[in-house]
Amino acid sequence: MSVTTTKVPQQFKLPANLASSAGLPTTAVIAVRHLNFFYGRTQALHDISLEIPGRVVIALIGPSGCGKSTFLRTLNRMNDVIPGTRVEGEVFIDGEDIYAPGTDVVDLRRRVGMVFQKSNPFPKSIFDNVAYGLRINRVTNSKAELAERVEQALEDAALWDEVKDRLHQSALGLSGGQQQRLCIARALAIRPEVILMDEPASALDPIATAKIEELIVDLKQKYTIVIVTHNMQQAARVSDTTAFFLLGKLIEVNPTEKIFTAPDQKLTEDYITGRFG
Amino acid sequence: MDHHRHLDDELNELRDRVLLLGGEAERALESAMNALAQRDDAMAREVLDHDDEIDRLEVEIDRQCVDIIALRQPAARDLRFVIAAVKMAPLLERIADHACNIARATLDLNTEPEIKLSGSLQRMADHASSMLRAALDAFTARDAMAAREVIKRDKEINALYNQLFHDLIALMVSEPATATSDARLLFVAKHMERIGDYVTDICELTVYMAEAAIIKHIH
Repeated sequence: MSVTTTKVPQQFKLPANLASSAGLPTTAVIAVRHLNFFYGRTQALHDISLEIPGRVVIALIGPSGCGKSTFLRTLNRMNDVIPGTRVEGEVFIDGEDIYAPGTDVVDLRRRVGMVFQKSNPFPKSIFDNVAYGLRINRVTNSKAELAERVEQALEDAALWDEVKDRLHQSALGLSGGQQQRLCIARALAIRPEVILMDEPASALDPIATAKIEELIVDLKQKYTIVIVTHNMQQAARVSDTTAFFLLGKLIEVNPTEKIFTAPDQKLTEDYITGRFG
Repeated sequence: MDHHRHLDDELNELRDRVLLLGGEAERALESAMNALAQRDDAMAREVLDHDDEIDRLEVEIDRQCVDIIALRQPAARDLRFVIAAVKMAPLLERIADHACNIARATLDLNTEPEIKLSGSLQRMADHASSMLRAALDAFTARDAMAAREVIKRDKEINALYNQLFHDLIALMVSEPATATSDARLLFVAKHMERIGDYVTDICELTVYMAEAAIIKHIH
């Protein structure tokens, strides 16, 4: 894995369509500049530049293989674990270049949490799953504070009421939807700034999906959320901004209502109206 | 991509239904005006009898739009097309309702002594029919520029209405015996003026459909 980054970050001016009229921050929490990504000789991302303000949900959409999940994983350097990959360009989180030499990747992943397509609870109790990150990060030695943080994370993940009487039972006994919310609680416990979600509801039934979607909308009060989804209706329901990727390129980023009613780019329109190919 | 072929088929079917409804509204207007000019009760009743069919078509379009939205979840231009269609159908149905009102006025006028129809009334009718036809053509072609041209023509109908209003009031004063018939003709003129407004609304929907621009209340 080699990384090419140089510039010192500036304060990023948001495009007008991202700057909120509702008092959201006008500087980007995430700023990506001219990002290229390679799997060996294969270039998977081409010159991606994108700025994401705080406390919004941005959905990444596009056909399979378009690079949206690869892009998502560049935001917390999850691609680092894949041999032969290479990054060019800059990714700033809160003004810090995450690919700069000396970046503490463990700390980065604490600040930028991730929820995967398939829920992956540890074979431990519900409590221990949520407390896991707090313990390995040595967030606290106080049992009372640990319990408080676990409860808060479960409440934020809209799971507390369903599990408060069985915190010490195995997490594997939860339903699929509950397991996914547990994974979200686990990510929230360490109080990240950004949450990355890679198709978080694709394996869930409509009711569990609705709960996850409601949760995503609630969570944006506190977090910036980047979600990859194949379900365009889900992107329309939960996101403020939608970015359309095709063949490793960012084709269009616009407010979600614009993307779904009157996108600027014909390629976007062809994709969301299902007229590709 | 079967899903999208089916969606295209359904959108084409929806477009055809809207055009059918538009054609029916156009025919109702022309028949009502012919019935008025020729003092033809039978033709006027035919317009009234046919209105149920027009209402049925409007409901069918409504139902089809709801089905497409619920089952196909159209987006972007497809969504704008369905939204335009669902809003256009009641406008076309109301144009047909105005034609019915003209037909009713004809039946009443035919019980009274014949009065000479003003040329302005026929010009208004011709103008309204021609605007409606041009509006439906613009819708079919998704032609926002043509729709904007039709919108400009509403001023001419309004001017004709104002002229007719003054002429009929003057007639009522100079020939009080014709006042009842003159008042009925004034209502006929008002119906056509309203039709011009509905055609304008239809054209605004065509602009929205083609360009995603909302021009309502701003031209």
